[in-house]
Amino acid sequence: MSRTDVLVTADWAQEHLGQPGIVFVEVDEDTSAYDKGHIEGAVKLDWKTDLQDAESRDFVDREGFSALLSAKGISNDDTVVLYGGNNNWFAAYAYWYFKVYGHGDVKLIDGGRKKWELDSRPLSADAVERPATSYAAGEPDASIRAFRDEVVDAIGTKNLVDVRSPDEFAGKLTAPAHLPQEGAQRAGHIPTAVNVPWSKAANEDGTFKSDEELAKLYADAGLDGTKDTIAYCRIGERSSHTWFVLRELLGHENVKNYDGSWTEYGSLVGVPIAKGA
Amino acid sequence: MCGAPEQGGGLAGVDLTTQTVIQGQVWHDGSPVAGAYVRLLDATDEFTAEVVTSPEGHFRFFAAPGDWTLRSLSPLGRAERSLAADIGLNETTLAIA
Repeated sequence: MSRTDVLVTADWAQEHLGQPGIVFVEVDEDTSAYDKGHIEGAVKLDWKTDLQDAESRDFVDREGFSALLSAKGISNDDTVVLYGGNNNWFAAYAYWYFKVYGHGDVKLIDGGRKKWELDSRPLSADAVERPATSYAAGEPDASIRAFRDEVVDAIGTKNLVDVRSPDEFAGKLTAPAHLPQEGAQRAGHIPTAVNVPWSKAANEDGTFKSDEELAKLYADAGLDGTKDTIAYCRIGERSSHTWFVLRELLGHENVKNYDGSWTEYGSLVGVPIAKGA
Repeated sequence: MCGAPEQGGGLAGVDLTTQTVIQGQVWHDGSPVAGAYVRLLDATDEFTAEVVTSPEGHFRFFAAPGDWTLRSLSPLGRAERSLAADIGLNETTLAIA
């Protein structure tokens, strides 16, 4: 696995529009962004209504994901090229999610929607219809998804990477600064976690930093390359961005994303919490 | 919800006795700039949040009292401004040269 297997440039994307076997997928929380304009031919996934179970706090199940992708016209052997707003947060989340369900060839557009817009590349408001397929999702891959008990057991033994902003890590905030403060019962971070904000892995235009810069970033933060790693944030989307960097760009072997993240951990009864920088 | 709320609009429902609101518009050549990316950096230049301006060029952050930097990116160019925010409404303008 190398950078070119998992990441494509905006130029590459624009050159491959409409090519059979490649499906562009925009993933946003704010679906009005897609409706106002999207990459030509791209289909839309709503991270919440499409990718979250309507009742319990979890993914849609294997059958649900199969039905979703079938309806979107995506086949198992298609190359899925993901992009989105928020510096690709939700596109990275979808990337990780597609990998949990075993999709073979998934890529991110480096810089996502932001880079595309800053380059003044064309967007289309045309409706996109693809013929339905018979998609078959795989067994969920538990090797890349962490659950709460494993996270509690990881304190002091595995690498825990908290990718939220310094103020969230310190316990001053429970949500990013542009949002109402909501979510967990308690503020702070998981003891022994290191704080490497996701934003340090990205350039201002939303593209990822170079492999050399990224390797130095996590080494300097004290991430022990010989240990397994669990990344978390508030709800698991920013940590997907970091999971993508650690596992897919830097090739670390055992990296899990904890999508329960702070909204779950900070509401658990009886677990230790640390505060301060 | 982790994406930015829609930018612009009124402040109904926002308690300005407790919230530190930093808001304003991005301008270029006498017109507001829609679709600009505006990021909020803290006093150590650390990324804190980012929003996309409304059709009227508006942006808004919920921050805390202190020193902040606003930086906008758009195909038209960049703009940057530093400010000291207090509890309540802090309004500013980013002008792309």
